[in-house]
Parts: sequence; C-alpha cells; structure tokens
Amino acid sequence: MTTRIDTRFAELKTQGRSAFVTYVMAGDPDLTTSLEIVKALPKAGADVIELGIPFTDPMADGPSIQAAGLRALKIGMTLRKTLELVRDFRKDDNVTPLVLMGYYNPIYIYGVDKFLADAKTSGVDGLIIVDLPPEEDDELCIPALKAGLNFIRLATPTTDDKRLPAVLANTSGFVYYVSIAGITGAAAADANAVGEAVARIKRHTKLPICVGFGIRTPEAARAIAEKADGSVVGTALVDALKNSLDAEGRATAKTVNAVAELTAALAQGVKGAKQAAE
Amino acid sequence: MNIAKPNSYRSGPDERGHFGIFGGRFVAETLMPLILDLEKAYTAAKADPAFQGEMDGYLKNYVGRPSPLYFAERLTEHLGGAKIYLKREELNHTGSHKVNNVLGQIMLARRMGKKRIIAETGAGQHGVATATLCARFGLECVVYMGAVDVERQQPNVIRMEMLGATVVPVQSGTRTLKDAMNEALRDWVTNVHNTFYCIGTVAGPHPYPTLVRDFQSIIGNETKAQMQEIEGRLPDSLVACIGGGSNAMGLFHPFLDDSSVEIFGVEAAGHGLTQLHAASIAGGRPGVLHGNRTYLLMDADGQIQDAHSISAGLDYPGIGPEHSWLHEVGRVNYLSATDDEALAAFQLLSRLEGIIPALEPAHAIAKVMELAPKRPKDHLMVVNLSGRGDKDVPQVGDILRGKK
Ligand SMILES: Cc1ncc(COP(=O)(O)O)c(C=O)c1O
Repeated sequence: MTTRIDTRFAELKTQGRSAFVTYVMAGDPDLTTSLEIVKALPKAGADVIELGIPFTDPMADGPSIQAAGLRALKIGMTLRKTLELVRDFRKDDNVTPLVLMGYYNPIYIYGVDKFLADAKTSGVDGLIIVDLPPEEDDELCIPALKAGLNFIRLATPTTDDKRLPAVLANTSGFVYYVSIAGITGAAAADANAVGEAVARIKRHTKLPICVGFGIRTPEAARAIAEKADGSVVGTALVDALKNSLDAEGRATAKTVNAVAELTAALAQGVKGAKQAAE
Repeated sequence: MNIAKPNSYRSGPDERGHFGIFGGRFVAETLMPLILDLEKAYTAAKADPAFQGEMDGYLKNYVGRPSPLYFAERLTEHLGGAKIYLKREELNHTGSHKVNNVLGQIMLARRMGKKRIIAETGAGQHGVATATLCARFGLECVVYMGAVDVERQQPNVIRMEMLGATVVPVQSGTRTLKDAMNEALRDWVTNVHNTFYCIGTVAGPHPYPTLVRDFQSIIGNETKAQMQEIEGRLPDSLVACIGGGSNAMGLFHPFLDDSSVEIFGVEAAGHGLTQLHAASIAGGRPGVLHGNRTYLLMDADGQIQDAHSISAGLDYPGIGPEHSWLHEVGRVNYLSATDDEALAAFQLLSRLEGIIPALEPAHAIAKVMELAPKRPKDHLMVVNLSGRGDKDVPQVGDILRGKK
C-alpha cells in the first residue's frame, strides 16, 4: 500500500528537503473559512496537512487548541462534517497528504469500520489518535492498516529504547516525535536534544520522523528541519487564526490570510534548512 | 443482553486491564511508560508483607479504622421495613472513604520515590485526603478542582490550603470534575519525572480502577466481619452512591460472589433523567474517556456532555469500568436519585439519627427510603455512609433557606 504520505516523503527525499507539516482544527472558526484555510495551506508551502477532529476533552492539548476545538464544536462541527470537509478539499487537490488527528471517542461512536471506509473514500491518508497507544492496537490501528490508511504513532521522550520497537511495530507513513513531555503549545525543545532523539529513533526504523510540539517560528522550524524529516506547527497557526477573529469569535476578511502568511513564513524557514538529517 | 455469566465476579480485570469490553489503557504515549511502571510497583507492593503491615498501622492509628457498622434504629423504625445498618466511613480521618485509597497510593508513591503528588477533586474530599497525607509525609501536593466546585465546596478548599496544598481552579470546559481530571492529566504529561497522579476513584487507565478498588475493599471486608459478629450472617442487601464508584466498589467487591446479597448502586439523577443529570449507566452508553472504556454521557457525535448533580462528588459524566461490566452482566442493580430526593434524605438522616451525611451518600439514603419499606423486618440492609456533610452545610443551608 502506498499512500499520498509515502509518495510525498519519497519526493522530498529526492529533493533533499525536510517536510513542513501544518496543523489546524476542522471547523475553526466556521465550515466555509475552515475549508478555505485548508485549501490555502499547500499553496502557502505546507507539505502535509494535519486536520484536528474537535473533541470536548482534549487531554493532550494546551489552551490554544482546546479553544479551537470548542470554537468548532460551537458552530456544530462533527466527525461527519470533518470527513465532508476533507472530501471538498480533495475536489481540487489530489496530492497533498492529509492526516486526521484527534481522540478516539468520536471515532468509536461513529463506528470504526464505517469511519475507516468513509475516511478512505473522503481522501484521508492517515490517522494520529492521541489516546491509542500500541497496547490498544486492536481497536483502530490494525483495522486502519487493513483499510489502507496510515496509522501514525507518537513517540515521546518517555519512550525508551526498550519500548520503541513496540511503538514502531504497526506505525506507518511517518513517526511523530513529540519533542517534549507535555501538552501542545508548551515550551519548545532544544534542537540538539531533538537531533539526538531523532538519531535514536532512526536506529529502530526507516520511516521518516517528523517533530512537533513547541515549534512556533521560522527559525525554530529551520533548526528542527536540519535534524528531522519534518517539522510540525500547530498552536502558532491556531493562535494566528484566533488573533484574526472579531470580538464574537467570527472570521474576518483577514482570517484566511493570517494563517496562510504564517504558513508561508514557516515554510520559508524550513526550505532554508541545510540538508536534512540522514 | 447476551453476556455469559462468569464463574466468579471477582476475577477481573484481565492482564490488559479489561472487565469484559470495559477498562483498558487509552492514554497518550507519554503516559504509557508511567502506568506500566505503576502496575509493576503495585504488583510488587501487594506481594510485600511489609507494605501491608505499614498500611495497617496507619489505617488503625491515623485513619481510625475499623469504621463502625451502626444499626440505624430510628431510620429503621421510620421506614418500617428492612433493618438498616450504616457503614460509618464518614468517621474516618478527613471525613470520608477517600482516605483509604489515598493512603495506599501515597505509600506506593513513596516506594516509587515520587516527591510531587497531583490529584483531581470534585467535592474536595479526595483533595483533602490527598493534601492530608502529603502533609503527613512531607510531599508537594497540587489539587485540580473545577472552578464551579471551588465555589460550592469552599470549606474543603480552605482545608486543602491549610494543609499546605496548592488548589488550582480549573476554568476549562464545564469547570467541574471531568475538567479537573483533564487538567490533572495535562499536568502529569508535563511533569512525568517526579510526579505521581493520585486518582480519586475506580476510573482512569489500568491499573487505577483495580488498585483503587483493592484499597477501598477494606470497607466491604470489614462489613462482612462486623455483620457476622453482630447478626451471625451475611447482609441481604448493599446500597452505595456512585460518582466514579469507589465507595460503592469498596463495599460491593468482597460480596460479589455471595449470590444471596442484592447489590444497589445509586447514580445522581440531578434534575431528573430527562433533564440534566449525572447518571451514566441510566442515561449513557459505552465510550472512551480518561483512559478507559465505560458508560459515558455523550451526544450522537461522541462529544462528552455536561453532567449535573447537586453533589459535586457525583457530578461526573462517567463511571468506573468495573461498574459498567457489573451492570452488563447483571450482578449489580444501578438506580438513581434526584437532587430533591437527596436533599430530603440529607434532612431525614440528620433529624432521625443525628448524623449529617454528605450530599453524595444522601443519594444512597434516598434509595434506602424506597427499598427498605418493601423488605421484611429481618432483611439486613447496609448503606455506605461514605462521607460527612460538614462541607455541604453552607450550600444546603442556602438552598433550604432559599426554598422556605
Ligand atoms: C463522601 C463522598 N462519597 C462519594 C463520592 C463519590 O465518589 P465515589 O463514587 O468514587 O465513591 C465522593 C466524591 O467526592 C464523596 O466525597
């Protein structure tokens, strides 16, 4: 099975370039604007899109992404509408990899088999589900692989060498290294420590390794891009979006551009990186 | 429901923490190594007689156990049916059953060399018990409490602060117990190296539901021995309130294989089951939250719904996974009591027995008021009086004055 994710990382490898991965919340701040934002991301330089599935109780997220989820829920966003958003995005873009990121309960309630079928036909390439460690692989990971979707696992500073093989066993697409023990939006990790961690994980896998949590600026993105196969930015984009809203939390004429401009600046940072780590 | 009856109701969970389809370990990867360590440490402690010996010493001389099994003569007369016994967990140091579990977890934290303890709390009883044992053992203590609960359980907030704990009011989500738990989990993910998460009920990822159940089972074990001594036999029924379900599980578990014993759990029906409530079994269905699969209140999209109960300790949209299983296999009957029923029971017990109960066990008393009159006079009914009402006096006082 080759997904858009595999194809994209293979292309980037021949170009000798690290990937720029963006995270935004589906339905934030409303459906129409959210679709426009997702469409704008590849044009602004995003290589991979992570789209958040809103959830009432995002235990691994900081205040910015919590608030984004609540904005989306407030306008009536659901998992079904998230899949429709992906389908609409795919009408104009059949190459940019798109990964859904969130928590298990909405998927469990939607029904795992129905979800996987609908996700595949909508044009989803992979899943990152924060509260499904390898110990729960039977729930969604194995069925997702069978359905032709990548299951992208998080590795963290607490994942030691003994545990890494279990974490990597059913992982595909790429590995998401969470650079700090903490929640999204927390302090950034030191690029050298990240370099060591990436090297450690690379001893166990040939998959690309993307690094996220705490990257906010083009400089930080560049520093990470020199150490890893990709860098992920979420909270900074969500904050840019929020700062463009009016007092009632509604989109303004500036909203799509605010996200696109920061994406372009960050992508520029990543492209300025020296040859990515091998 | 087509679920095979097990040979024993007491053999769970399996090695992956499952009670039937319930339970499990639905946590972020960052926490996974920590809960595996905790499981290892707990297994070792259980096998170590020195651990139990140390616990027993503190349970007797610090907590004040065993708690009495008291014949509630006037309540029995008033209801005119079953003979009602109260298991007096409200007489424990700190005023509730919560201390039984906290003592066990703090002993474990000490064995694991953890110096910083975090906890979530609803009514503040678990927070107070945690702050108390942290003071006793010189550990740093941070308690997360929903901002709504900080407001309605002020006496406990003051107590925690006097004991040297930091109370963090949680402003996210619905600002009650579920959000306090989210925030505690966020703290734990951030401070993995020195922090022990002391969970207050039989919920969360494996091994917490098991470990908390085991520490609370002293309630049921004592009850069994005390009833044998007083009446020379087993009780006929057990009744306990359910937030996450720890006081209930502690009473029930030792009796699960005694098939003559009827068992009733009482959830909080808030304004009523067709309105805002906190009865996850009556009004919810299986889902995944806070590390385990269990009955939850949620909407069609799997979003967790706001719970409501007059009692902060029951105001939670979930229930421990072992209860979900006991419901599905039909061993325990889950009932519910409304805010108004609990308030009436609160007043009745205060007037008849001179015991002001916490609003949580007032829900159990409310169902005793329905069940006892329908039972014969030689029926022995035990209610878990899980906590005292001091913390609720200002809130109930306001409600009663406002009503009059
Ligand atoms: C006195 C008392 N009883 C019961 C509860 C509910 O918890 P659980 O169902 O775990 O016993 C609480 C929780 O705060 C409590 O304070």
